[in-house]
Amino acid sequence: MLSRVAENLYWLARYVERAEDTARIVTVNANLLLDLPKGVAPGWRPLVDITGANALFEEYYKDYGERQVVRFLLGDERHAGSIVTVLAAARENCRTIRDSVPREFWEQINGLHLFAAGELQKGLAKTGRHAYLRELVLRCQTLAGLLDGTMLHDQGFEFLRLGRYLERADMTTRIADVQSANLLPQTDEGRPYDNIQWVSVLKSMTAYQMYRRSEQIRVQRGPVLRFIFKNPQFPRSVRWCIEHARSGLERLPRNDTSLREVGRIARLLDGADLPALSQAQLHQFVDDVQLGIAALHDEIAATWFPPPSVVEP
Amino acid sequence: MPAAGTAGRAALGIPTTGKVGLDDELGATVTTQGTWDHYACEGFYDELMQAPGMPRTGCEALAADLEALGGDELAARQRAAEATIKEMGITFTVYSEEGGMIDRAWPFDVIPRAIPEQEWRRVEAGLKQRVQALNLFIDDLYHDQRIVADKVFPQSVLSKSVNFRPQCVGVDPPLGIWAHICGSDLVRDRDGTIYVLEDNLRVPSGVSYMLENRLVTKRVLPELFEHYAPLPVDDYPSQLFDTLAALSPRPAEYPEVVVLTPGIYNAAYFEHAYLAQQMGAELVEGRDLFVGDDDCCYMRTVDGPARVDVIYRRIDDLFLDPEAFQPDSILGVPGLLRAWKAGNVALANAPGAGVADDKVVYAFVPEIIKYYLDQDPIIPNVPTYRCMEPEALAYVLEHIAELVVKPANESGGYGMIVGPAATQAERSQFVQRVKKDPRNYIAQPTLGISTVPTIVKQTLEPRHVDLRPFILSADRQSVTMGGLTRVALRKGSLVVNSSQGGGSKDTWIIPEGAGAQSQAEAQSFAQSQSQSQSQSQSQSQTQKT
Repeated sequence: MLSRVAENLYWLARYVERAEDTARIVTVNANLLLDLPKGVAPGWRPLVDITGANALFEEYYKDYGERQVVRFLLGDERHAGSIVTVLAAARENCRTIRDSVPREFWEQINGLHLFAAGELQKGLAKTGRHAYLRELVLRCQTLAGLLDGTMLHDQGFEFLRLGRYLERADMTTRIADVQSANLLPQTDEGRPYDNIQWVSVLKSMTAYQMYRRSEQIRVQRGPVLRFIFKNPQFPRSVRWCIEHARSGLERLPRNDTSLREVGRIARLLDGADLPALSQAQLHQFVDDVQLGIAALHDEIAATWFPPPSVVEP
Repeated sequence: MPAAGTAGRAALGIPTTGKVGLDDELGATVTTQGTWDHYACEGFYDELMQAPGMPRTGCEALAADLEALGGDELAARQRAAEATIKEMGITFTVYSEEGGMIDRAWPFDVIPRAIPEQEWRRVEAGLKQRVQALNLFIDDLYHDQRIVADKVFPQSVLSKSVNFRPQCVGVDPPLGIWAHICGSDLVRDRDGTIYVLEDNLRVPSGVSYMLENRLVTKRVLPELFEHYAPLPVDDYPSQLFDTLAALSPRPAEYPEVVVLTPGIYNAAYFEHAYLAQQMGAELVEGRDLFVGDDDCCYMRTVDGPARVDVIYRRIDDLFLDPEAFQPDSILGVPGLLRAWKAGNVALANAPGAGVADDKVVYAFVPEIIKYYLDQDPIIPNVPTYRCMEPEALAYVLEHIAELVVKPANESGGYGMIVGPAATQAERSQFVQRVKKDPRNYIAQPTLGISTVPTIVKQTLEPRHVDLRPFILSADRQSVTMGGLTRVALRKGSLVVNSSQGGGSKDTWIIPEGAGAQSQAEAQSFAQSQSQSQSQSQSQSQTQKT
């Protein structure tokens, strides 16, 4: 398989996963805000914090209002991470490698892109948002199912999975980092909303129900962190993503350096006593995990992707 | 076909008594009754009808069947074809004014262009002859230049050729072939003569559309297709693969063949991807390849470097290798020419093959065929005035109002003048240009190129067409059965380019005897046969008892 095709498949999967994850956090935040008292609620800013694109956001918008943030995340073409933009990029990536994926997959990607861009106005309106985002998530899931069920489980398939899992692991760490920092002040008496916010962290990853089944204790910081970082069975936990990235890497040639990075991240996760970490320590830990994921990406790129194009003089 | 078919057939009847058609003012209402009576095909050679109401010999059945289908049904088939094209994602790329590119659905007309097999076999032989001679010519130019020494081909033309590549002098490509894939444009003049209009020896495109047009036609006109059984075109990808594989420097092993594309922003990207997919070859870009210290070409794969044997390159010579040609090209592969000269990788077409693609060289092709093969050309050239010759130049300057004058090395209709359509000022301006550099110009009479019935709303109207067959050459030669028929969809227009309002048609090479009857006739014949059979059967039974 051509290195360029491998790279395209990898990014294609990352883009689709990013679109899906973004759709989820917007949905959950909208629900959460309805439950929190005005004045104390963290509002919409945390969503931009999760993407890390604050500088860009502030260049174009005066404040972190709902309308602005939702537009920025869903349909702002100036934002390379907005759903509409990443799906356009995913489609473009797929177009260059149409011969490597099943025909239905191309048609789905094409349809997903057309849907996201064509129905955007509905998604931006409060009343249409839920349906729009739900449809997006469903279509992304359809893509994953199509690949699993119709594509050769060859090298290209592994690169798609690698892209998906790295993006997902990265997103999980970002959600945990931002949302835990934005919890209402600890001094608040009674803290009736603490629980709601951790529930919403779980819901951002569709983890609430699975947490309930798996942990059987009330929703609180320590177990939630443990669940989303370390649960070996939940497919959006960092540990699960890394473990499955490992099994994919094992099927690729010349994988030793990438596997070493995976081992490093796994040890970092296994060695952490998450409930015991203070907020500052947690932030440091998340940083380390993210650096590990970035290092793994660099290894994958250096081993299998084409060298970056030479810049012409 | 059901009852409507027979009714239509009856309506056609005997050709009307040479009544002149009333052009297209009559509109949709009359079309199902006597479609061809009002078909305005005078003035040009129509491929189907020799006069209103009078089909060409051999085409009577097809004309009757089209008429039997009727205007409404044909329009419905046309819509079905367009829907199919969209659904199958058959596209071509056009560049928009804003600098972006748009992927457009491929324009297609369902009425096929039919050519009797017997006539086609002659064209086929003519094309093989032509390309064989051109390959000998190119090989000669990069070696001894005997044709120049023998004063058959002027040194002055060669020395001013922009497509002659000094880097290729002395190179011996595999089998001595330079132009492995050639697309020659054919047109038919008023008197029915088929001419070669030009030869494309660099990176001719369009063959994927020929193949897709056939698929679409099979879907939307299945009954006619079955009845006339046009000769198949579908084996082109495997013939192309065989042609390419025959060039491999490592013939003993399974050769690694790749298609080299400039990338997704190229107008013909769809075709590059299509052919790669059909051949099961990798579709690569320049950055996927590199040339190692051993002068072999490799592609970067997930498993590490993999040796490449044959490159079907769809990139122009000058962008192929920044070391040898344009140093700022980012599309090409540094060192590729080195690897090719060392014989470690084959390039199709070979760099430098475009030297024979020059419009002034074109004017010499009859002499070239005579010189190398000692034969007369089977398909004639369009009569061509070479402005480099003083007598010809004088004629051209005097008669520019009747001629088409073209520069040697432009394609797509750039930098040329169509005398009858130009203003006086444009003509005098062009005269100056030709005087300045006569070697760079040729002139030809304006041809009245042939027409084919084409669906316009619910009626059939004549539209001008050309034809691009593709000729493959390696250890043996093959020609596509027909080729890509391009049609100027605008009334009266001669421009067939898809970017400028052109469309395309399926091209049917109809075997002799096939479709001698219209389908309606065949059916009624079959019915009467089976009736009489059962009658005679019952008779014999009666006798027995």
